[in-house]
Amino acid sequence: MSSKVDTSKFIPRFVSHHFSNADQEFDSCKLGMWLFLLTEFMLFGGIFVAYVVFRTWYPETFESGAEKLDWKMGAVNTVILITSSVTMAVAIRDVQLNKKGRALALMLITVLCGMGFLVVKYFEYHHKFELGIFPGGFFSFMGDHMSNEHLYFSIYFMATATHVLHVILGLIAILWVSWRTAKGEFYEAYYTPVEMVGLYWHLVDLIWIFLFPLLYLTK
Amino acid sequence: MSTTTQQNDVNFYNCKKGFMSWAYTLDHKRIGIMYLVASCVALFAGGAFALMIRAQLATPGGMLPMTPEYKDTYNMWFTLHGVIMVFLFIIPAIPAAIGNFILPLMVGAKDVAFPRMNLASFYLYVIGASIALYGIVGGETPLTTGWTFYLPYSKETAGAVITMTFAAFVLGFSSIFTGINFIVTIHKLRAPGMSWYKMPLLLWALYATSILQVLATPVLGITLMLLIAERTLQVGIFDPALGGDPVLFQHFFWFYSHPAVYIMILPGMGIISEVISCFSRKVIFGYKAIANSSIAIAVISFLVWGHHMFLSGQSVYAGLVFSFLTFLVAIPSAIKVFNWVATLHRASITFEAPMCYALSFLFLFTIGGLTGLPLATLSTDIVLHDTYYVVAHFHYVMFGGTVIAFFAGLHFYWPKMVGKMYNETVAKIACLIVFIGFNVTFFSQFFLGYTGMPRRYFTYDSSNELWSQMHGFSSIGAFILGFGVLILFSNLLASLFSDRKAPNNPWGATTMDWETQSPPILENFSEDVPVMKKAPYEYD
Repeated sequence: MSSKVDTSKFIPRFVSHHFSNADQEFDSCKLGMWLFLLTEFMLFGGIFVAYVVFRTWYPETFESGAEKLDWKMGAVNTVILITSSVTMAVAIRDVQLNKKGRALALMLITVLCGMGFLVVKYFEYHHKFELGIFPGGFFSFMGDHMSNEHLYFSIYFMATATHVLHVILGLIAILWVSWRTAKGEFYEAYYTPVEMVGLYWHLVDLIWIFLFPLLYLTK
Repeated sequence: MSTTTQQNDVNFYNCKKGFMSWAYTLDHKRIGIMYLVASCVALFAGGAFALMIRAQLATPGGMLPMTPEYKDTYNMWFTLHGVIMVFLFIIPAIPAAIGNFILPLMVGAKDVAFPRMNLASFYLYVIGASIALYGIVGGETPLTTGWTFYLPYSKETAGAVITMTFAAFVLGFSSIFTGINFIVTIHKLRAPGMSWYKMPLLLWALYATSILQVLATPVLGITLMLLIAERTLQVGIFDPALGGDPVLFQHFFWFYSHPAVYIMILPGMGIISEVISCFSRKVIFGYKAIANSSIAIAVISFLVWGHHMFLSGQSVYAGLVFSFLTFLVAIPSAIKVFNWVATLHRASITFEAPMCYALSFLFLFTIGGLTGLPLATLSTDIVLHDTYYVVAHFHYVMFGGTVIAFFAGLHFYWPKMVGKMYNETVAKIACLIVFIGFNVTFFSQFFLGYTGMPRRYFTYDSSNELWSQMHGFSSIGAFILGFGVLILFSNLLASLFSDRKAPNNPWGATTMDWETQSPPILENFSEDVPVMKKAPYEYD
């Protein structure tokens, strides 16, 4: 790590007592984060398996269910999340280059994108609820539908709601690192939390990239 | 902080005092001790339910009146016995209690990689346990589903299913945190000189355990969440009445719970490797084979879950594959047993208490393992499925294997953990009583199961003489076993008040954890970066 950091702008940080140097600490955190992301994959894996099972059992139902979703809204959300992943990635780079102001701006754009995603999702959910499209036993849609279509929407709501929960947690995490960035805690020698939150946000994005075609573009 | 201190004067217990110094501690040793106390409390709670089950079944008439409401009382007992023993005792006992204490000492580190996450893991355990306790005494209808929460019953019953599944969900997080911590610690914080194949075998075992905790537990998490959604939102994914599939729940549940069996046994196997080598005064036979078999078990254990569903209507071809893979997972376990026995060959064996437990482990685990094979065979499983044979088999593995290994580890590491020596003679007597009590309790159940006694029944046919005898026998054994465990713990606790101070390395073991003082100082080693000087198991 170079030493040309303007320390007046940043709060210097020391390595935790049980690590021998900053690299060891950073590598450990990164490995730990990847393991955590692995657990998230396994968690969503359960829902994906349920999806595969019921799509195999009731293929027509899934097509009919997917037609009731608005793929344009899904596509807009996909673009929003991919954009937010890019802004987050660039924000990490800026923290590493000590460009505090730009990093902060990009993180806030990421947060705005995430909120945009939630707003679109809110309108989608609201529309479904108005039509009586609820998961499982509460399904009361009166229009054309297949006999087991409530199962498609059980999976849709469980998958997207779990994902939305992750989006919200991700947004809180990004706000937390933004606040610490604003305080000047992160600079080229220490940016671990920013990078970890960035990894988490990419995961949230990646899961949506799987969910979108599986749920919206079934036909 | 870690300047040279007077031997046995300052240690991690007395360097800071007061409740808050424990509540906010980030020290892996204190967290390990708190985990140990908590999981032993769970052991006693789960054990109390076990004794109530055995008291009920001692005679065909039982001690509960023969009315339907009391059947539910009995169902609650075995459910809580299972839930408490699995989620609150056996999964955290070795990794989170003994592992937390020993693992950083063994790798020569000052702490685990993420001390705050370690403390969070303990608090999640406490929160999970409190939620479970609320589910038991909080006024809800008692849980009667068995620890497996099978649908559709767990959807229809009035029992405290949501509370208990949520408790298990929280406990899952606690387990994941421990797993992530251990993997990273072993990868990144090993002492200079400790290459992968110079790690003590307990570390390999804990590493394999952690892989399972990280990969399998999230699947349980989503399964339990879906079960809660099933009860609250009627999602129907597992409910046949709504077009869902209850067998899918079983697949999900066992995708976690079968690897979880190895979360329970693998760290026990690690302890046995340490103890057997130490009291044989000999290099462990087949070090690499034991190390690699831990990883092999972790990998294969993910592919065998379907053997719990041979009779649940899964396809015959799936059954064949799962049967084959189940036989396959027996191989690495057998490799370990053969290597332990080979280590004993021509060794200078001494019979201290940990070794007595380790030898009874060898005996009991072998019975447990071999009686599993008829259950892995499709044709014999049809007869034995859901009988006491299964109960006897998995208790031989879980108690005869894991819990006995836990006792071995507890006696082995006790001097390091508390700095006191227990009474050796009493410890051996307790070991003998536990061994006898255990076999009386569970060997009789093989006969019960083989003659068709179904599990989870609260009474049995009084005209069947064999069943009456065997159930009576089993119940007597259970109380002998309980008595033995009581002596065991009294002996350990009594040592706390004795003045028999433990030396740093009472057993003459060779791993790095014994180089620290007993009990260790705050940051474990007096030198800043301890170096591994000797390969493990090099006894002169």
